[in-house]
Amino acid sequence: MERRTVIKTLAASLLASAVLAGPAVAEDVIKIGASAPKTGPLAGGAAVTYWPAVQLWVHDVNERGGIDVGGTKMKVELIEYDDRTSNEEAIKNVQRMATVDKVDFIVPPYGTGINLAVAPLIAKNGYPHIAVTAVADGVDDFASRWPNSFWTLGTSEGMASSLVDLLKDMREAGQINDKVAVVNVADAFGIELANTGKPALKEAGFDIVYETSYPLQQQDFAPIISAAKNAGPDTFIAFSYPGDTFGLTKQAAIADLPVKAYYVGVATAFPAFAGANGAAANGVMGVGGVNAESPAYQDFAKRQEEVTGVAPDYWASPVQYASLEVLEQAITAVGSLDKAAVIEQLKSGTFETIMGEWTFDNNVIRKFWTVGQWQDGVFHGIASTGVGGETAPILKSGWN
Amino acid sequence: MSLIKETEQRTGGIALLLFGAAALIPLADDGYYLSMAVNIAMYAVLCTAWTLFSGPTHYVSLATAAFFGVGTYSVGLGIDTLPFPLLIAIAAVASSILAGLVGLATLRLSGVYFVIFTLGLAELVRQVVTWLQVNFVGSVGLYVFTDLTEAHIFWMLLALAALVYVTGWLVNRSRLGFAMRIIGNDETVARHVGIDVARSKVILFMISGAFIGITGAILAPRFAYVEPPSAFNPVISFQVVIMALLGGTGRLWAPLLGVIPFTILFDQISANFPNYTSLLIGIAFMAIVYYLPRGVIGLVDDIRMRQTKRHEHAAGVPEAAE
Amino acid sequence: MDILVTGTVLGGTYALIALGLTLQYGVARIMNLANGENLVLACFCAFWLHTAASINPIIGIALIAPGAFVLNWLIYAYGMRPLVDRAKNRGQLEIDSILATFGLMFIMQGVMLLVFGGGYFSYNFLSEPVRIMGENYGLNRIVALIAAVVIAAALYGFLYRTRYGTAVRAVAVNPASASLVAIDVPRMSAFAFALGGGLTAAGGALLSTFYTFNASMGVIFTMKALIIVIMGGVGDVRGAVLAALLLGLAETAVATLIDPGLTLAATYTLFILVLLFRPQGIFGRQTA
Repeated sequence: MERRTVIKTLAASLLASAVLAGPAVAEDVIKIGASAPKTGPLAGGAAVTYWPAVQLWVHDVNERGGIDVGGTKMKVELIEYDDRTSNEEAIKNVQRMATVDKVDFIVPPYGTGINLAVAPLIAKNGYPHIAVTAVADGVDDFASRWPNSFWTLGTSEGMASSLVDLLKDMREAGQINDKVAVVNVADAFGIELANTGKPALKEAGFDIVYETSYPLQQQDFAPIISAAKNAGPDTFIAFSYPGDTFGLTKQAAIADLPVKAYYVGVATAFPAFAGANGAAANGVMGVGGVNAESPAYQDFAKRQEEVTGVAPDYWASPVQYASLEVLEQAITAVGSLDKAAVIEQLKSGTFETIMGEWTFDNNVIRKFWTVGQWQDGVFHGIASTGVGGETAPILKSGWN
Repeated sequence: MSLIKETEQRTGGIALLLFGAAALIPLADDGYYLSMAVNIAMYAVLCTAWTLFSGPTHYVSLATAAFFGVGTYSVGLGIDTLPFPLLIAIAAVASSILAGLVGLATLRLSGVYFVIFTLGLAELVRQVVTWLQVNFVGSVGLYVFTDLTEAHIFWMLLALAALVYVTGWLVNRSRLGFAMRIIGNDETVARHVGIDVARSKVILFMISGAFIGITGAILAPRFAYVEPPSAFNPVISFQVVIMALLGGTGRLWAPLLGVIPFTILFDQISANFPNYTSLLIGIAFMAIVYYLPRGVIGLVDDIRMRQTKRHEHAAGVPEAAE
Repeated sequence: MDILVTGTVLGGTYALIALGLTLQYGVARIMNLANGENLVLACFCAFWLHTAASINPIIGIALIAPGAFVLNWLIYAYGMRPLVDRAKNRGQLEIDSILATFGLMFIMQGVMLLVFGGGYFSYNFLSEPVRIMGENYGLNRIVALIAAVVIAAALYGFLYRTRYGTAVRAVAVNPASASLVAIDVPRMSAFAFALGGGLTAAGGALLSTFYTFNASMGVIFTMKALIIVIMGGVGDVRGAVLAALLLGLAETAVATLIDPGLTLAATYTLFILVLLFRPQGIFGRQTA
């Protein structure tokens, strides 16, 4: 970050706190609570994906006068808590929001584990739980266990099988051979992706020439990349987390890993990824994606950078924002702050978001982005489960 | 030895009353304050169990998260097949075995090595558990769905706390406790009078580890989803050490004096200054280290001492282990 | 073969992480839990110098290391001295310093979070490959390895070949006896603490050229550093370097030959083995 951006960030956060601390006339204000990591291992991801989108939404809503509730405009007051990436803390925060602050609505936390840890509590207090940064295959089970919960970012199964379909197409076009190296981080999302991805690859007739898992917070990837290189695949897949996504890619660039398709996991869609890898990022595929060409996304990205000083990612940031647009529209449609009615509206309604039109199918968004790719400094969505607007994939040609 | 002194009877009576009062908390509020109470009870048990070992031996153990995680995982793995009470027993056994192994390997050495090794133990166990799960089970997350509510968890923790205190009291009265006091004062002397120093330490470490494991087991249902990073969260180890040391380790109930005020203080900080949590917690910490050098118990002792002096009575300093 | 080179390169990185702490802990007797934060802070400074002022991180060390030296001197003089003076014995100091540096860790983390935010940072410097024996290695890592060798050699020369260094070592062995032979123990301790901080910062600046870092990452480095310091024998530079190399080689070998999922297990097995067979550290005290 340059000094200017630092100052801008500071200014923005000061401004944000000034806005938040502004006049809070109890009756005309909708209190929204948000608890997510500001410190701890997940803070890095939340600082990119979660907080800026939430803050931008609050800013936008208040700028246009508030949320229309039964004809009166009500401003939004955001109450923020740091869960320090800990379950105990997150549970306590949700309790506090529900029973002490008595917030009207809750922005669910960041991360799959914490979302599940607080889900029973949010359900017990009758709040809608529109989870974003929680990707797991159990979403349908969760939705039936907690009928107030909504799942927006997709499933690991969808992400992995969509990637395999994409590779299949590339192979049929004669662009890649059938040799694949697959590595994954030994944590929830990485394992789920690997568990569905590997069988799907085999079924599609790919030959997995190298596979391994590595622990969370691994910093050195030379052994993995050189083993993968020796196995001589055309395709390298890593179901990785932020730190390792960066580490693997830097190592791959140094080792000049000669693959034609290179895929890494969470954080490929972060703007910092392009910054860290420069030209080497070109052609790198990763989990997520968005229709980066769409005016809605471009407008969102521009405003978020203006308001919060932080550029959004190309995957979950806009979804996080969209989840709040959905909440706003549901409140307006109901015309009151009645939580149960809002939940019903969420189940049945149709919503206009920056991600396009959303309807929940049994509380789950079924159309989501699965694979994106860096092309000329922008991370374009190249595969989805039917969102539309995909860009054609390109081959990875070298690391310079 | 076997007689219960009058002061002990009185302490016991007060303790019983306090426990009774605490047991009523869930009836008064089942929201935020109960959550706070659960957190306090959890850290109270953890810190007291920690002090059970670290108080007399002066070994700073950072292995709390390892035992805690083992307990949580025992429940996570078995919740679909075995009854909950049995799982708690398994948790106790598993974590005390782990404590025994670690103790045998490191407790013969000086305290510094012990600190470092226990610091890494949680990471090590986490990595091994993850690796085993990835390679043999195929997923790392475990779901723990039960009908237990926060109130149930709170009551279980309270009962466990009582058990820890009784155990601590019994250990204190036993040969083991006597041996520990000698070891704490001077290991060479202890060895000369024929105490098997290493064995005593290992046994005590196992008892302490078992209680921490049980705490992890009891809390597993609260999280619904158990995964290695949250079960073996190293922050737990640090918070336990910090709270216990801040309370004071000289007496069994002293950690409680750290747990209650600091849970509340940390909570106030994180509630009111979400963007400055780290900074303020750090400053609070430094302030406490400098201004309360012997923990809260030191403060309490000072006040007491002043009072007894006023009564023109020689100050009987009770076995100050610091 | 490439295990040897990769392991050595990794070992060099670990040596950079650990050298500072071995001075802080061995000589000044402060088990500095904020060591990792110090390192990450240096990463941020190097990053900032590189992106905002386009100062080459290697040259940046010339600014960062002295800055860290001064900062750590101040931390010792105002933060740690009162604890040292107060402590009746080593155990008490150990507990107090753990608590105080734990607080310090939070403060540094908090400040970095406020200034830089919680996101990931990384930049490109010398990340072109160099070919050694048929394999490619990052130039920045090789540079870090060379720097580690230079720093370790300089430190060794200073500690074992100069009067001042000998005094520092005397304090490491026994502060009480050192003061008997007219060594200004508090001054030496402050100097060692500050020097350790400077070294850690130099390491951080080098690491920033190939690691992706964020404000909450310090504790990972602290853990590694502590293990290396203990394995090498507290306060022993040669031991720390050797332990770092051993660890780098062991981790790389396990990752390549067995499973990358078991590197930590390898670390701790090695740690336990060293402790069981050479509880005084690899070189032990008797030679120091």
